[in-house]
Amino acid sequence: MKVLNIVETAYRATLEEQDDTILWLSQSFHHADVDISILLRGNAINYLVQGQTPFNLSFGTWQQTQPPALDRDLEMMMAKDIAVYAIANDIQDRALPSDRLIEGVLFIQKSEIAELFEQFDHVWHW
Amino acid sequence: MSPQTLSIAIMDAPYESANSTTALRIIHSALNQGHHVHVFAYEGAVNLTMKAQAPHANAIKGTTVEEENHPTTKDWITALFQLAKAKGVTLKWVNCGLCVDERGAGDWIDGVHRGGPQDFIQSVQASDGVLVIPTR
Repeated sequence: MKVLNIVETAYRATLEEQDDTILWLSQSFHHADVDISILLRGNAINYLVQGQTPFNLSFGTWQQTQPPALDRDLEMMMAKDIAVYAIANDIQDRALPSDRLIEGVLFIQKSEIAELFEQFDHVWHW
Repeated sequence: MSPQTLSIAIMDAPYESANSTTALRIIHSALNQGHHVHVFAYEGAVNLTMKAQAPHANAIKGTTVEEENHPTTKDWITALFQLAKAKGVTLKWVNCGLCVDERGAGDWIDGVHRGGPQDFIQSVQASDGVLVIPTR
């Protein structure tokens, strides 16, 4: 089964979850032998920026460790042969510097989205 | 600066939004600077203080419970109550009773009280500042 998970909402409770829940879920699907791919769009394309450094989170004496590392999570997913697509127009709209993006991402134009969808049995927009 | 009182209304459930973490950071900052804080937790925010919350391992990353140090909002809020005590200020936390009932969410950490909108209004009237953090 080929599934495309579209991630659009970015940084949704990632400090509490320590990851993006849909990226996590996608890896879980992958372990269940689903042929999963990711399409980042909207603000979620910021996950591609290298060197994201969450601040040190603390409440009283509670020191939170293990912050989310979304760029590295995506790199780990690609190392497992999970394809990661991103909409180039959304990167250009936000003027994200191309030399700071992680490598291995497959960029498509908005005009190519429908063609991409045709490659999958299911397309789930989270 | 003499101690001021801040009232905060929050709505977001744990693990759903950055709003809850932001609200707790504001509360931490206010308490840490010696101010009193009154919290009115409305709708899904009543789940922030559930006693039964438990950290978990992360099978995807291959980390144990200890390695992951997965946060729970009830632990964060417990730390805020401890901070208030250490600073000699008040953290008053009221969970909306009707919101609790409809969610079956009544088993909380120590220091949390049941209340209603009237408690929020009374807190507002007694406060120097009010912050409402709605859900979206």
